[in-house]
Amino acid sequence: MAQHAIHLTINSEPHELTVQPNRTLLDVLREDLGLTGTNKSCGTGDCGACTVLMDGLSVNSCLTLAVEADGTDVVTVEGLARERQLHPVQEGFVKHNAIQCGFCSPGMIMAGAALLERNPSPTDEEIRRGLEGNLCRCTGYTKIVDAVRWAAERMNDATPVEDAP
Amino acid sequence: MSEFAVIGKNLPKPDAFGKATGAALYIHDVEVKGMLHARIKRSERPHARIVSIDTSKARELPGVKAVITAADFSTVTPFGFHKDHPPLKGDKVRSYADEIAAVAAISEDIAQAACDLIVVEYEDLEPVFTVADAMKEGAPIIHESKGTNHVEDYDFNHGDVDAAFAEADIVLEDEFELTFVNHCCLGPTCMIAEYDLNENLTLWSPTQIPFLLQRDLAECLGIPATKTKIIQPLIGGAFGKGLDMYAFEPVCCMLSMKAGRPVRLLFNREEEFRYTPTRQPVKGRLKTGAKSDGTLLAREMRVLLDIGAYVSWGVLTPVVGMHTNSSLYRVPNVRYHGEAYYSNNPSSGAMRGYGNPQATFMIETHMDMLAERLGIAPDEVRRRNANRPGDETPSGAKYTTCGLPECIDIIARESGINAERERTDGGPIARGIGMASTLNVAGGARIYRSDGCGAIVKVDDFGKVGLVTGATEIGQGTDLILTQIVAEELGVPFEDVRIVPADTDIKPWDVGCHASRTAFIAGNAARMAAGQARDKIVLHAAKMLEARPEEIDIREGNVFVSGQADRSLPIGKVVRAIHFRGGGSIVTTEAFYDPPNEMTDAGHKGNISATYGFGTQAAAVEVDTETGQVTVKKIWAAHDVGRVLSPIGAEGQVEGGISMGMGYALTEQLIVEEGEVKNPTFLDYRIATSLDMPEIETHFVETIDPEGPFGAKGLGEMGSVPTAPAIANAVFDAIGVRIHSLPITPEKILHALKEKNRSES
Repeated sequence: MAQHAIHLTINSEPHELTVQPNRTLLDVLREDLGLTGTNKSCGTGDCGACTVLMDGLSVNSCLTLAVEADGTDVVTVEGLARERQLHPVQEGFVKHNAIQCGFCSPGMIMAGAALLERNPSPTDEEIRRGLEGNLCRCTGYTKIVDAVRWAAERMNDATPVEDAP
Repeated sequence: MSEFAVIGKNLPKPDAFGKATGAALYIHDVEVKGMLHARIKRSERPHARIVSIDTSKARELPGVKAVITAADFSTVTPFGFHKDHPPLKGDKVRSYADEIAAVAAISEDIAQAACDLIVVEYEDLEPVFTVADAMKEGAPIIHESKGTNHVEDYDFNHGDVDAAFAEADIVLEDEFELTFVNHCCLGPTCMIAEYDLNENLTLWSPTQIPFLLQRDLAECLGIPATKTKIIQPLIGGAFGKGLDMYAFEPVCCMLSMKAGRPVRLLFNREEEFRYTPTRQPVKGRLKTGAKSDGTLLAREMRVLLDIGAYVSWGVLTPVVGMHTNSSLYRVPNVRYHGEAYYSNNPSSGAMRGYGNPQATFMIETHMDMLAERLGIAPDEVRRRNANRPGDETPSGAKYTTCGLPECIDIIARESGINAERERTDGGPIARGIGMASTLNVAGGARIYRSDGCGAIVKVDDFGKVGLVTGATEIGQGTDLILTQIVAEELGVPFEDVRIVPADTDIKPWDVGCHASRTAFIAGNAARMAAGQARDKIVLHAAKMLEARPEEIDIREGNVFVSGQADRSLPIGKVVRAIHFRGGGSIVTTEAFYDPPNEMTDAGHKGNISATYGFGTQAAAVEVDTETGQVTVKKIWAAHDVGRVLSPIGAEGQVEGGISMGMGYALTEQLIVEEGEVKNPTFLDYRIATSLDMPEIETHFVETIDPEGPFGAKGLGEMGSVPTAPAIANAVFDAIGVRIHSLPITPEKILHALKEKNRSES
């Protein structure tokens, strides 16, 4: 099978890769780059476990061919924390017990981060809508919504209600 | 101020940090050097004799390292609860899941291509797809050596059921149908087997039963258990799926034996739906007799189970349904009869609730019907029959603590089920509220000779504490509550306690992660081991501080004389004093906790659990009478969990259970036609999404259990059990029709409304 050279940025680092045309971005992230934080659960775009950011938008990396990612800026869950600080969505997930088995969590966190980029002050309904493409079998989503709401408050520089003295 | 430093606090789940950053390693992320990839050739028929298997073309494909069939392994024997399941099928196939051959290759694609080159010649046999057909005289026999498709009967009798029905003011009798359900773990099934040149077998597995798997695997493969080791990496959900050994596990090991290299077998989502075990489909009939004031007099449940092609531990689920029948509410006369049959359908296994969801759906539908027919409020009929502390039920269950009456009170009050409310939106939307309760074992369940769990605690020279537990973390938060228990018992900060990942070579024995037993059993074991470590430290610290041992306290990692803060030592300093001296010792302790419960007798009577959990839920729904669509607007839950060890952890268990219960109620159904799963995708098998899930209001009734660790009881399964009947009862409250089969689809609602309108007009 023909090989294709692609250039892309992954978690702020430039990468030059040679990939087969049938390989997905998910496979390349997990198998070639060892970025196993992004999980594969369905492989058909139905569950969102493989969600990453591509040029700031959340995408199912299992439905994105690696060649389609040529020239883009990709952020995975491994690239979300900055300067040893968790992203507020990650922090919210840990703090609010939004993680049980955790298999959906990286995708859910990326979807949450993308949502807050587009809509920094979402209502609970908007949070639920923003995460609709990400399935979770463990939590019933309540704690996940709590986590994203908390992250929004933190990012808006307000003291989250429950943390107020 | 709380009497506890750590128990009852909202602390982060220790493994959440790695799971939130992508650092966590699931089995899917494990690479073993030289690892090959496996694919399985499965049956293309539901029921057939195998005439021939031609693997020659597969063996020739470049990159293929091993191709195996049953003929390659003379020492491998059938496994399973009834030892009816050969890992590879050589003579006949009994379902589409049946494994005929397997390939290990340098890539998954090559392994699959090789599987596609395997040619199997079949001689079709008449298939059996329903219990009714399996029972028929002259039915095709699925396991010839058994001579029948009948697998097991389950009978329970207490009191004089017939006399009680004769005496009853009201008798209800209805049929119910519960369907195939898939666990839908987000982490698909995956394992790695390595059979090395020294004939040591290591299996990396998401199992919930590491020690039973060690035994079963060795026995099935004909190798010594002393050369078998199970490693459990992080598990991406289980919900009972990992409670048995399945054929694909020995098959993966056999590939490694043949190839001489480690082999990984990973399921895709379609295989997950098609070839992993299901919750038992059940056809049931329930008869309930009561006095005119709602007091229950008798209950009789009869169920037929389709267990599929092979028998798993799931075959014991009727024993749980039988317990619900005899012990949920006070009912003096009870009878249960169950029959399980083989079929050529997918095999069923264990799933959260384990027979309880099916039985509770039937019983709670009838409780609601009693209330309706007798003109008693739905909470009141339940309150009048609620179990109380001190009850001994017909099955011999002894309720030491029982918060069911309080749960009913809370739910009635908070949901406003009896309040005046808007019944419609003035248009097609009808509104309703329904409720249902649950009973669950919460102090172990002695279905095996031991119901115990071990723990090892080490306090190092710096005061850092390690816990090796026999328990298995599947996402439920074992790591969180065991860390809390050890920190509380020892008097050290939560952050100074670590759960040490361990495999079966070092992990102390545990029967497995089932029956909502881990908080109670593993919690008690961890507390005992931590208590011994504390005793040792206190004894030495007393000498160092020149005080009596009973005067010594430990808090926040400091050992001190009570009431004298200046007479204090860091815990690490005490441990070093114990350690670094002639004839010194280390602070490493171990404990094994086996609860005071008993195996049931031949009549299924006995106090199977050391304590029991209870709960009540209510659901508010809107039913669109034009489309049949049901929307759940809110769920209220109240559960008796003993002491709440972690509020957010306990809420998470209930909330997650409710989402599973909602799926069971409204959308989840594995559509099986002629033995074949027709909807093997998340698009066609719908689990609840963030938009489907309503607001959930959770309350806990803290009956402090005398036997539980710090008073805690088990909780894992309970949240998922009453949700479906609560929703079904809410649907009735909204539109006046009862749907006795799950899921409650728009089609069923529209059909029932049509019938209702016809009979009314």
